[in-house]
Amino acid sequence: MADLLLEFKDVNTFYGDMHALKNVNYTIERGEIVCLLGGNACGKSTTMKTIMGVVRPASGSVTFDGQVISNLATSERVRRGIAPVLEARRLFPRMTVYENLELGAYTQPRGPQFEQDLERVYALFPRVKERRDQLAGTLSGGEQQMVAIGRALMARPRLICMDEPSMGLSPLFVEQVFDIIQEINRQGTTIFMVEQNANMALSIAHRAYVLQTGEVVLSGTAAEMRENEMIKQAYLGEMQVEAA
Amino acid sequence: MTTADLILQQLINGVSLGAMYALLALGFTLVYGILELINFSHFNIFMVGSFVALMTLDAFGLKGQTVVLTGLPLAGVLLVAFLVTMVATGVLGVGIERFLLRRVRHVKGPAAMITTIGVSYILLNVVLLTTGADAKNFPNPLPAVHYDIGGAVLRLREILIWIIAFVLMGGLSYFVNRTRLGKAMRATAQDPDAARMMGIEVDRVIMTAFFVGSALAGAGGLIFGLYYNFTSASVGFVAGLRAFTAAVLGGIGNVPGAMVGGLIIGLIEASGGQLIATAWTDVVIFSILVLVLVFRPSGLFGRMAPNKS
Repeated sequence: MADLLLEFKDVNTFYGDMHALKNVNYTIERGEIVCLLGGNACGKSTTMKTIMGVVRPASGSVTFDGQVISNLATSERVRRGIAPVLEARRLFPRMTVYENLELGAYTQPRGPQFEQDLERVYALFPRVKERRDQLAGTLSGGEQQMVAIGRALMARPRLICMDEPSMGLSPLFVEQVFDIIQEINRQGTTIFMVEQNANMALSIAHRAYVLQTGEVVLSGTAAEMRENEMIKQAYLGEMQVEAA
Repeated sequence: MTTADLILQQLINGVSLGAMYALLALGFTLVYGILELINFSHFNIFMVGSFVALMTLDAFGLKGQTVVLTGLPLAGVLLVAFLVTMVATGVLGVGIERFLLRRVRHVKGPAAMITTIGVSYILLNVVLLTTGADAKNFPNPLPAVHYDIGGAVLRLREILIWIIAFVLMGGLSYFVNRTRLGKAMRATAQDPDAARMMGIEVDRVIMTAFFVGSALAGAGGLIFGLYYNFTSASVGFVAGLRAFTAAVLGGIGNVPGAMVGGLIIGLIEASGGQLIATAWTDVVIFSILVLVLVFRPSGLFGRMAPNKS
C-alpha cells in the first residue's frame, strides 16, 4: 500500500437527517483512474464534496498522501494537490477563458511555472488557446468542459476529482473528453471520477466502486465490473441492447 | 450668468457630487455582488468617515475656514486625512462583517439585512450622543483659487475632488480587473462555491470587499465635508439613499455601473437644485429608484448577481 494517494476509512457523512455516506471505504493509488458508479442520490456527489471539504464527515477519516485531511479547509486541500472538475463545469461565465485558467492556479505561485502549466493546457486543448480571450459563458458545452479540465490542471494537482465529466456533452465530445482524461492520467495525474456513463467510464478506468444508498456494494477492477451481471443490468443495460 | 454658463456650472457641481455618490455606491455594489446583501450600515460608515476626517484635520490644527494651506503641506495633510479616514472606515466595515454579519450569513431570510439596519442606527446614535445633533463646521484648508470659464466658476476644490475620485476609482478598477485578489473577488461574485473549490478563501474575499467598500465610503465622507464645509450625524441617510439609488440605477453588483450611476445622480441633484427646486431633488431621484426597480430591475448596465444554484 505504499502507493496509496487517497483513502476513505469508515466515513459517515450526514446531510441533516439523511445518512449520505455509510461506513464508506475507498483506496485510490497513485496513477490510477478510479470511477464511482451509482444511481441518483446514492452518495456520489457527497463523496466528491467530502474529498473537497465542502461537507465534513461525522466520523471516519479521509487521508491524502499519508496525512489526514478531513478537517482541513478546501483551500488547503487544493494547495496540497486535489483539484476538482465540477459537475456542470461551473466556469466563471463573465470572466475570460484565460482568467478562468488563472483562477485554477490560484493556490500556485505566479512565475515561469504558471506559463509552463498554461502551455501544457494549451497543448492538450488547442481550442482553449484559440478561445482564451473569450468570456467563458459564451463557449459551447464541450469547450467549457475543456476549460474546466484545463482549470483543474492549472492547480498542479496530484489528484483530480471529476464530477460527471460527460454530462450534457455530444457523443463526439464525450469521446474526446475521455481520451484527454486518459492522456492526463498517462502524464501522471491520478483521477477519481463520478460518471453516469458507466460504459465509457469503465473503458478507461482501472478500478471502480459501486455505491447504493450511501454504501459501497461492489468494488473491483474495471474488467471485473464489465463482466459483473449486476453491473451489466443496472448500468450497462443499454449498451448490451445496442451491441446485440 | 447666461443659460449656457448655468448649465456648465451645474455640470461642474454635478460631477463633483457624482464622484462622491459613486464612491459611496461602489461599497453597496461590491458587497451586494458577493453576498446579495444590501448593507444599510454603509450609510453611516460614510457618516462616520466624515467625522474621522473632521477629527484628523482638527488634529492638524485646521479649524473652520481660518487656516489655508498650499503646496506640499496641503497635499501632505490631505493625503494623511484620506489615508486615516479610509483605513478607519475600512476597519469599521471589516469589523461589522467579521463579528456580526458573518454569524448571520448562512441564516435564511432577512436576518443579515436587518442586522445592517441595526448597526446603522447604532453608529448614528453613537455619533449623535458623543458629538451632538448640530452641524459641525468642516475645515476647508484649500486656497480660494478658481478659474472662470465664461460665467461659470471652477474652484480648486472641484478639481481636487475630481482627481481624488478618479485616482480611487481607477485604483479600484485596476484592483478588481487585474490583481489576483480582485479576480478572486469577481469569481466569488459569479459562483461562490466554485470559487471556494479553486482554493480561494472566500471569507477573506468577503472581508476585502467590506474593507474596500467601506474605505471608499470614508473617502466619500471626506469629500462630502470638503464640498459642503459641514458634516452632521444625519448626513449618512440622505447621501446613502441617493448613492444606493445610483447603485441600483447602474445595476447593483456592477462596478462600472455604480460609477456611472453615481455620476447621473450627482448631475440630477445639481441640475435639480437649479432648474426645479432643491426641495424636489429627492422626489426626482427616488422616482428614478422606483422606476428602475419596476421597469428595469437589472439597471442600466445589468446586474452581476451570483449564479446561485
